[in-house]
Amino acid sequence: MKVLFQLFLTFARIGGFTFGGGYAMLPMIQSEIVERKKWATEEEIMNYYAVSQCTPGVIAVNTATFVGYKLRGGVGAVAATVGVVTPSVIIILIIAAFIRNFLEYDAVRYALNGINVAVAVLVLNAVINLWKKGVKNIFGYIMFAIALAFSIFTDWSPIFVVIGAILFGIVYGVYSGRKAGKGK
Amino acid sequence: MNVFLALMLEFFKIGLFAIGGGLATLPFLYEIANKYDWLDVSVMSDMIAVSESTPGPIGVNMATYCGYNAGFSEAGVAGGIAGGILSTFALVLPSVIIVIIVSKVLERFKNSTLVDNAFKGLRPAVCGLIAAACYDVFKSACLETELFKESDNLSKLFDIKALILFVILFLLTRKFKKIHPIFIIIPAAIVGILFKM
Repeated sequence: MKVLFQLFLTFARIGGFTFGGGYAMLPMIQSEIVERKKWATEEEIMNYYAVSQCTPGVIAVNTATFVGYKLRGGVGAVAATVGVVTPSVIIILIIAAFIRNFLEYDAVRYALNGINVAVAVLVLNAVINLWKKGVKNIFGYIMFAIALAFSIFTDWSPIFVVIGAILFGIVYGVYSGRKAGKGK
Repeated sequence: MNVFLALMLEFFKIGLFAIGGGLATLPFLYEIANKYDWLDVSVMSDMIAVSESTPGPIGVNMATYCGYNAGFSEAGVAGGIAGGILSTFALVLPSVIIVIIVSKVLERFKNSTLVDNAFKGLRPAVCGLIAAACYDVFKSACLETELFKESDNLSKLFDIKALILFVILFLLTRKFKKIHPIFIIIPAAIVGILFKM
């Protein structure tokens, strides 16, 4: 029961401080889930992110569900998911009911511009972390470059990048496995 | 059809079919606006702006906002609150079920070399996708691409205040690697207000 409550609280904190959608949540997840609670490894989080790209639904919510399920099965999945959406629901309901013009306040706009800069820094750090853990050889460099180029220069859905990467990974695995087999 | 029932049905559909994050829900929302009179296209841009600038996943924020608007038009504030909660619930329900099923499948094939190889390809690619997202955030936070296009003057490309804040925060986070993101976000918001960014 205590773990369920912690799952709820931790993901509520993550949801409450994620500005700008799924990717911006990664630094919070790394700090809360990987470093502080040690509920999952960096590699596992990356796997969840990858799978969340090609499963339907909101990426941030899917990642929460994955972590919750890993810790406490179905109930854990529900606790983490309810946690990650709760701040959104409360904040949006307050804005919709009372302060519909809240974006017109200068202070809000200035604060959001500052937050944007912070998010850029945090996501850059997340990329550096992931690079150190997940991109280790020439194959990794190529996959990284292709994925980066595709999402900057085309309007294609990231699903195609994900599916392509799966196929390349399998082919590369078979190829390098064969080479290792010959070496023996 | 009852507004609340329609809300749940429509957002369940979005949760089931919108793949690839919050903005993938947009075409579905436009479809809803065309189909029912409780969602007006004219409030959509406002809804998107609010959803993008409040904390939380964008898709969830839009579901709550849209549900509030629909419920409010039917039964006032209480209806709005009910609508917001119901839409959010309906949005996440399908993905929770699907993710639990995927988790079970992955657990079973945990030791398969095929799955392992697939993830070996995926991890660097996901790193690339996030690097691209990082570039987008940086562009919107620190660069004035519109101003640059108009003036064609390279000195106009950079938002100097934002760029200085970016460098300071980056050096800080590299020095204190375990610092919690909240302690970067809140000071940045305060600096933003103080220096009218």
